[in-house]
Formats: sequence, structure tokens, C-alpha cells
Amino acid sequence: MTTTTDDAVELGEEQPRRSPLHEEHLALGATLTPFAGWQMPLRYTSDLTEHHAVRSAAGLFDLSHMGEIRVAGPGAGRALDRALVGTLSSLAVGRARYTMLCAPDGGVLDDLVVYRTGPEGYLVVANASNVETVLAELQERCSDVEVTDESATTALVAVQGPAAAGILERLISEDGRSGVSGLRYYACTAALVAGVEAIVARTGYTGEDGFELYVSPEDAPTLWRALLETGAEDGLVPAGLACRDSLRLEAGMPLYGNELDTTTTPHDAGMGRVVRLDKVDEDGEPLDFVGRGPLEARAGSQPSRVLVGLQGLGRRAARHGYAVLVPDGPVVGEVTSGAPSPTLGYPIAMAYVTPEVSGEGTELAVEVRGRPEPARVVPLPFYRRP
Amino acid sequence: MSNVPAELKYTAEHEWVREGTPVTIGITENAAEALGELVFIELPAVGDRITAGTVCGEVESTKSVSEIYAPVTGTVAEVNQAVVDEPQLVNNEPYAAGWLLRVDVEDATGLLSAEEYSALLDA
Repeated sequence: MTTTTDDAVELGEEQPRRSPLHEEHLALGATLTPFAGWQMPLRYTSDLTEHHAVRSAAGLFDLSHMGEIRVAGPGAGRALDRALVGTLSSLAVGRARYTMLCAPDGGVLDDLVVYRTGPEGYLVVANASNVETVLAELQERCSDVEVTDESATTALVAVQGPAAAGILERLISEDGRSGVSGLRYYACTAALVAGVEAIVARTGYTGEDGFELYVSPEDAPTLWRALLETGAEDGLVPAGLACRDSLRLEAGMPLYGNELDTTTTPHDAGMGRVVRLDKVDEDGEPLDFVGRGPLEARAGSQPSRVLVGLQGLGRRAARHGYAVLVPDGPVVGEVTSGAPSPTLGYPIAMAYVTPEVSGEGTELAVEVRGRPEPARVVPLPFYRRP
Repeated sequence: MSNVPAELKYTAEHEWVREGTPVTIGITENAAEALGELVFIELPAVGDRITAGTVCGEVESTKSVSEIYAPVTGTVAEVNQAVVDEPQLVNNEPYAAGWLLRVDVEDATGLLSAEEYSALLDA
């Protein structure tokens, strides 16, 4: 057999880095996979079981490979306004925002979640494969404030699924509980979880309710075990990167390297809303952030391609890189991500196509290993939690 | 370590062959584990001719897709409808209920012994 896998960036020949939870994964019998220079759990038992557990109960993810960069000091918010496409100075303390770091030509260098942890403190969370780029760019673009890579001293554990809130509450002492159960989506707070100091954020990448917990690497195993133990009665299972990818695809969330890269603008990916052209400086003048000119031009022009959702009408799934065609006609695009959807029971994909064929309901085809499979343009996301 | 039954023959592409008339073919436990839980299997039809070393079907999980190479040359005598209906049988019982095809063989040369296949996995 020859296998094509929609996988992860594999970097260099260096020894892969290990998560602070590596021993836990081995004890749970995880299948490990190289991912952006790390060795991370691909699955513990089965991709499907883990996927369904997150949709119906809860899954526990180790995301310690993600990068955490601290931006702090007077003017940190203003500095980030110039460095990123969003307005971070207006973000309230204890809130989070999805944003992007763009190159001067408007291409996406990384998509980020930024948390405001204090009046002058921000936590920027970057994709593992892009941490070095993001760090270098932020150090250059925010040279008046402190920019520190905290990736090596930060572990990240996510508990995702409808049962996540109930599970987490049981591990928080009574006085801190209301702060967490009342936490809004895209908000964060400091809390003691299972006796461990954590930043608890109501964020995630699965399309379900859930939390991400930033802790020190030394404390990570204690937190991990406590969540597994208390969550077991609710159906929580450890969940690997394989189901993380199928969950985010169903939720229509972009993955850097698939839907986003340096040749893509946020607008191409249907994410034009994150580009804040209304940003102003201290004097009320339009703020000149990196990428502004090209992005302003892009916002006002007809796109050459549009990111769409495709529902496969056959059984064979479209995969990353496959050509999208007009039935019996020319190539009109390319698939960025695709898989058989475990929740929906049919193949789904995201693809860049020309605007003429991007309308909902348009009948297209995907060239699946030498044979076209029918597909229809459908709205994103494919799945929305009930 | 993956289970490699001594009585079977193998290919370097991770198919197995159980000798008999007709022969039975499937994919190895090692291959099934690497793919993850299968959600879709496409196989040739009864009466189709398959040629050793060429693609005769595909297996798909959420994460990956693999082409199945015919380990022998011959004519398909029987297709395991149970694995088409329930692909996870291949993950659960790759050498038993998870078999794929029965084939009336014309040529079954060039296969590996269990020892040779195991050595390949260890390499």
C-alpha cells in the first residue's frame, strides 16, 4: 500500500522535542507522531472514538507544542496594533481575540489567539511551526516593549466538549468556581485547578464548548491526571492530533499550512473581518500596521479565489492538494483540507475556487486519485454545535 | 510489536496472502494500525482481474488514504462484503474477519515469508 496522509509539518533532522506530558502519553499507549519538530500524540485508541467523545462528552488534549509569547510593558497594546492586523489595545483585560500576523505584502505569517492577561500584559499563542517567525517579527515590530518566548516554560492542556465545563468546575475550589463557570467564550482568568496555578481560557479549536489551560510544565502531569480521573465518569477520553484535525475541519476552522500561508491574505480565507482597517493612532489618524496597504487594496477588490466548503456526494474523500473541477470541465480550484466527516457521515473539504463557482449549491467535482468525485458547495462551518 | 502470523505470505506494501484455493488476501495489522480506524474501503468486483503489483482498491481513514496493491495475479472470486459495510473489521481482526478478497490465482510468486516481512518492519 502507499499511504497519503494529511499531515503535519515535519521539520529538520533534529531530535523531536518532547511534551512535559510525554510519559503520560506513553503510559496511555498513545501512537506518537512527529509534528512541527515535536513528538505528539496522534491518537490513544481510535480517531473516531476520540472525535465522537469530544462531540458528545469531552476530550483531553495536550497542546504543549503550541508557542506562547509574552508581550509586556507600557504601550504593549499599541505595539501589537502596529504588529498585527487586529486592534489589541481595545481588548479588555481577561479577554481573548483571534487575529493574524501578516507580512508587508499582506500574506499570512501565522494565525494567533491573543489574550490580554493584564493592563500591560498580553499572551500571544502561535502555531508550533511558526513560533520562531512570530517571535522574530514581534521582537522587531514591538521593539519598545518586552517580547519573551515562554514556549519552553508553558504547557497547554485543552478540555473540549459539552461536558468540559462540568468537569473543570469539580477541580476548582469553591471561591474560584464562579469565575470559571461564568467565563464567557473567548475570555480568560487565573485560577487554581486541581491545586495547580493556571490561566484558564474558554477557547478551543474543535467547534465545541471548552477550555484551554496554560500551566507550568512541572504542574502539567498533575493537572492532566486530575482531569482524566474526574472526567472519566462523564465520558472524557484523552484525544490526539488526528481527531483535533477532523474536529476543526467540521467546525470550518482554518489550519495554517492548509487554508492559510504566506501566499494567502486573511480576506482570501474568508477572514477579512480580523483585519481592522478602522484602527487609529493616538492622534486619531489611520494606523499604519504591517500589511495595511496591500490588505486595504485587497479588501476593496474582487478576489481571484474564495475559500468554500465542499460536501462530497460520493464516498471517496477529497484531500489536501487535490484539484477542483467543473464537472467535465476545467480546473477551478484546489482542496486545502478534506476528510470523511465522522460526525456527518459524508466527505467534507475546504477548497479555494474561483469566485464564479463559489456560490452555495454549485455542483463541482474533485479529482480523487484519477477519478472525479461529485461535490457541492455548501456554507461553512459544516458542523455547528447544538 | 505488530502481529505477523507465521503461516501467511506478505508483500513489502503490507498486504498478506493466505494460501488455498482460492487464496485469501488482506492488509496487515501493522498497516491497519498505521492508517487508523478505517471508514471506507473500495474493492474490485467478483470476476475482475487483478495484477500483482498494481492498484486494486483503496482504504481510507479520517486521516489517511492508502491504495491496496494486488499481491497476486488472478481473478476475484469473492469480495468480503462485511468489511465494505463495516471497515473497522479490518482494524479489529486484520487476519480473520477483516480479510478483503478471495482470488483464483494464476501467479503468486515473489511474496515474502513472515520472517522477511517482520525484518522489513524492524528495519
